[in-house]
Amino acid sequence: MKISRRQILILLPAAAVAWESVLAGTPEDAPNYKLTDHWWGMLIDISKCIGCGNCVRACQTENDVPDRYFRTWVERYHVSDENMTEPEVISPDGGKEGFPVAQQDDKKYFFVPKLCNHCADSPCTQVCPVGATFISPDGVVLVDQTYCLGCAYCVQACPYGCRYIHPQKKVADKCTLCYHRITKGLTTACCEACPTGARQLADLKNPHDPIHAFLKTHSVQVLKPQMATGAKAFYYDLDGSVR
Amino acid sequence: MSVFKDAGHLFRFAGLFVLAFLIFLVVRHYVVPKSFGQYGHYRGNAIGEIAARPVKFAGHETCETCHSDVADKKKIGKHAHVNCEACHGALASHADDPATITPVLPDTAVLCAQCHRASAAKPKGFPQVDPANHYSGTPCITCHNPHSPGIDAGGAK
Repeated sequence: MKISRRQILILLPAAAVAWESVLAGTPEDAPNYKLTDHWWGMLIDISKCIGCGNCVRACQTENDVPDRYFRTWVERYHVSDENMTEPEVISPDGGKEGFPVAQQDDKKYFFVPKLCNHCADSPCTQVCPVGATFISPDGVVLVDQTYCLGCAYCVQACPYGCRYIHPQKKVADKCTLCYHRITKGLTTACCEACPTGARQLADLKNPHDPIHAFLKTHSVQVLKPQMATGAKAFYYDLDGSVR
Repeated sequence: MSVFKDAGHLFRFAGLFVLAFLIFLVVRHYVVPKSFGQYGHYRGNAIGEIAARPVKFAGHETCETCHSDVADKKKIGKHAHVNCEACHGALASHADDPATITPVLPDTAVLCAQCHRASAAKPKGFPQVDPANHYSGTPCITCHNPHSPGIDAGGAK
């Protein structure tokens, strides 16, 4: 096909407009949601976790997490009186199908659900060479999978082991704190599915969020506080042996 | 002007350098997405794209708009704080199209044990049974109503 100079001049602005729309991407989906009004975190009550694995299954369903990869998982700790700093930790298939029955009633056992801590000073976002991972203005650590190169620097940088390279997409993947749900006023899939209320989504900027009442009356801890990551997954009843 | 005598090749080189820099600026203007840097060193529109992903768990408020009878029963029982989809699974598809997508009832013999099978690892106050001694293969729902458990509540719904 032969295109005249006149046709090219007519087509150019149309092509430019089309390219502009490609670069601009889709507009924000939740128009009533104000990014600056929220600061998300999670509250995890270890004394309530029964290790049923509902959260792990719900997360995999909601977010199409591939088998053997986890955005959230549950660990079972078994601490002996003799050696309290070296607990025995198991997490069969991330605790997805629950845990083997424990018989020794006199020993100390507890379950620790883990997920991205959505750190305010996250090591993972600092190492990204292309600006593909970031902390959103409402405090959620996200991955722009159209920008990610799959270099896995962030996977190495996360002190909590919360990231992986998606086996099919070959880009970094992680907990989004169900960003597509919390921006619509829903809670996360793991919190929705937790039968005992051991996990609770928390909006630290919302004065009416029950987390504030809880924090006033309970002592909470974050994982690896010595790393100063500004972790926002707050654990209640956390044992010192948890790594 | 003797200083610049025979310096033409330097000017040509500098000109090339400036031209290359201008081309770089033009290319950068067109290939960097418009929303990059809107909130920080990332593509601002990525936030909206991630927020636009589809939801699979409808949330208990959505269930309760239709199933208010179950919600009322659940409110007074031990399972008041157990959300519908904790047992029934993700059902946003059913909420969107209740006529064609009908949920399958969970097998209580398997489902109940997931939480209530006795294990020394579970918190002490949590109600637990040893399935082998507690019943002889009968589904839990025969004696317990899952929406308001307790032996007095009667079986089935």
